[in-house]
Amino acid sequence: MEKLIKLTSSAVPLPIEDVDTDQIIPARFLKAITKDGFGENLFRDWRYMKDGQPDPNFVLNNDTYTGSILVAGKNFGCGSSREHAAWAITDYGFRVVISSFFADIFKANALNNGLLPIVVSDETLDVIFQKIEENPDHQLTIDVEKQQLSIDEEMHVNFEIDEYKKECLLKGYDDIDYLLSLKGEIESFEKEHLMF
Amino acid sequence: MAKTLFDKVWDQHVVKNIAGDRQVLYIDQHFIHEVTSPQAFNGLRDRDLPIFRIDQILATADHNVPTKDQHLPISEPLSKMQVETLMKNCDEFGVTCYGLGDKNQGIVHVIGPELGITKPGMTIVCGDSHTSTHGAFGNIAFGIGTTQVEQVMASQCLIIEKPKKMRINVNGKLQNGVTAKDIILYIIAQLTAGGGTGHFIEFAGDTIQSLSMEGRMTICNMSIEMGARGGMIAPDETTFDYIKDRPLSPKGEKWNEAVSYWKTLYSEEDAVFDKEYTFKAEDIAPMLTYGTNPGMGIGVQDAVPSTDNTKALTYMDFKPGESLLGKEIQHVFIGSCTNSRIEDLRMVAEFVKGKQKAQNTSVMIVPGSKKVELQAKEEGLDKIFEAAGFELREPGCSACLGMNEDKIPAGEYCVSTSNRNFEGRQGPGARTILASPLMAAVTAVEGKIVDIREYLN
Repeated sequence: MEKLIKLTSSAVPLPIEDVDTDQIIPARFLKAITKDGFGENLFRDWRYMKDGQPDPNFVLNNDTYTGSILVAGKNFGCGSSREHAAWAITDYGFRVVISSFFADIFKANALNNGLLPIVVSDETLDVIFQKIEENPDHQLTIDVEKQQLSIDEEMHVNFEIDEYKKECLLKGYDDIDYLLSLKGEIESFEKEHLMF
Repeated sequence: MAKTLFDKVWDQHVVKNIAGDRQVLYIDQHFIHEVTSPQAFNGLRDRDLPIFRIDQILATADHNVPTKDQHLPISEPLSKMQVETLMKNCDEFGVTCYGLGDKNQGIVHVIGPELGITKPGMTIVCGDSHTSTHGAFGNIAFGIGTTQVEQVMASQCLIIEKPKKMRINVNGKLQNGVTAKDIILYIIAQLTAGGGTGHFIEFAGDTIQSLSMEGRMTICNMSIEMGARGGMIAPDETTFDYIKDRPLSPKGEKWNEAVSYWKTLYSEEDAVFDKEYTFKAEDIAPMLTYGTNPGMGIGVQDAVPSTDNTKALTYMDFKPGESLLGKEIQHVFIGSCTNSRIEDLRMVAEFVKGKQKAQNTSVMIVPGSKKVELQAKEEGLDKIFEAAGFELREPGCSACLGMNEDKIPAGEYCVSTSNRNFEGRQGPGARTILASPLMAAVTAVEGKIVDIREYLN
């Protein structure tokens, strides 16, 4: 997994609530057997019109907004457990998603792919959207060690991240490395474990 | 401290506590399918790892399979490759796989219970959010991503935070024509699409207890649609009767031992939940969704409410204040892991017997498994469907997610017994209205939305 320690970037606003993983990557694009290339179809049905041309009204097609931080409305990533959603977002180039609320499975999938989901209050989220609207070049800085989100070094907001997952992000570790190291303990557990 | 049903099962599976609030949780049963497993197999191959517990993993092909002519090679090349990759991976790693044509093949959440694999007190995972279905048997079952699929393959464990606990009670007598599907659509409409996030739900109360196992599965199946990690129901005689004598259920003395253990799985009287809600069964009407998430539901007689989510109403072409009654419907889909079991098909058959589908409506019934399909045929349900003009297909996820050819055309309405009405879920531009099998059946006959209660009374 790729490390994430500190990041400064402008942000892309997507002020829509309840963005489900079918919008992030529709089911018809889940036929691949590798993790690559999903970014091409990120937000496919919002991003392209029926004739296949980019929809100029969709934010990813608007050059004003660029950067590796996506800011989205609350309950982002609800619905299907498809990790392809996290793959599509990272493949497109995002490393951080900010929202006031994430669906559980999406959050886990994101963290397993070095994509940091940052939860802020509804009020802070509104402020961030407002700031981006005022000036799309506003720089957001994410400091994972300090668990701090800053806008233009003026506004600082702390965010929560599980201690274990923070360590994984800072060092680029996967859960699987740790689980493999527990083989002996898992085998002892199994000896006492009741299963029918 | 008094324990909840969830605590009892969870605590029995904790291998160890680690940094933060995380725990290493042991997984008893892992189900896999063709869409969310190939990258996990690649991961094992890259690290040169075997499957850690080969007897605790089972594969089937369901999401991306055609529901017509399953005996022929799959015509769509990418789908063909994905299904073949599953077969090859299972072969290489030694995983039992019920592929196309196998008598046990079907939607993963239909075949687990059907085979007697799904039992109380277990932990069950699958790379599919509707894994919550299995919780109907009093176990902890939840959906995971592909990285976690790989972790369970490699270690039979997950690193996970214990969710919060919620109990939802439903008490009282359901109105005629109101089913398990209406109960869960009602609950989600009350609590919203994000109302359960961070929680594991226990469904309780006399209405829930009165449901069959299949009804209970429909309820737990849609726990994820309010964002919950999963849903579960305490096991009772209904549960034990369902499991007994299934191909992989415990037999002989083992059965008695199992049942005595399962009987200890309930929430103690003083157990505390982080959140608790209670609903009256009498308040629940046949439900429909009007928007683009499963929380946007109303009783069939209710008007479309005004909402800030104008995007959803524009997509559905509905207006606030409008009634859905009388709305013309072009498609009816009966199937999915929510409502494709034999009782669902019987419910539909009983209603449509001697009736005809409306001319303006196409009707597709997709059984949840090969076994359901065979049983439907043995019971003569296929003849009833044929006479009514309903098309009975072969098993798979089908138009629930539109990965295969079974899609609803853009701009057209589909009354669907599935679980998600997201934009484009049933095909680009498709407009989905979620409902019970009974509401789907009456829509098919009338070609428009009506209140099933008026039909029955």
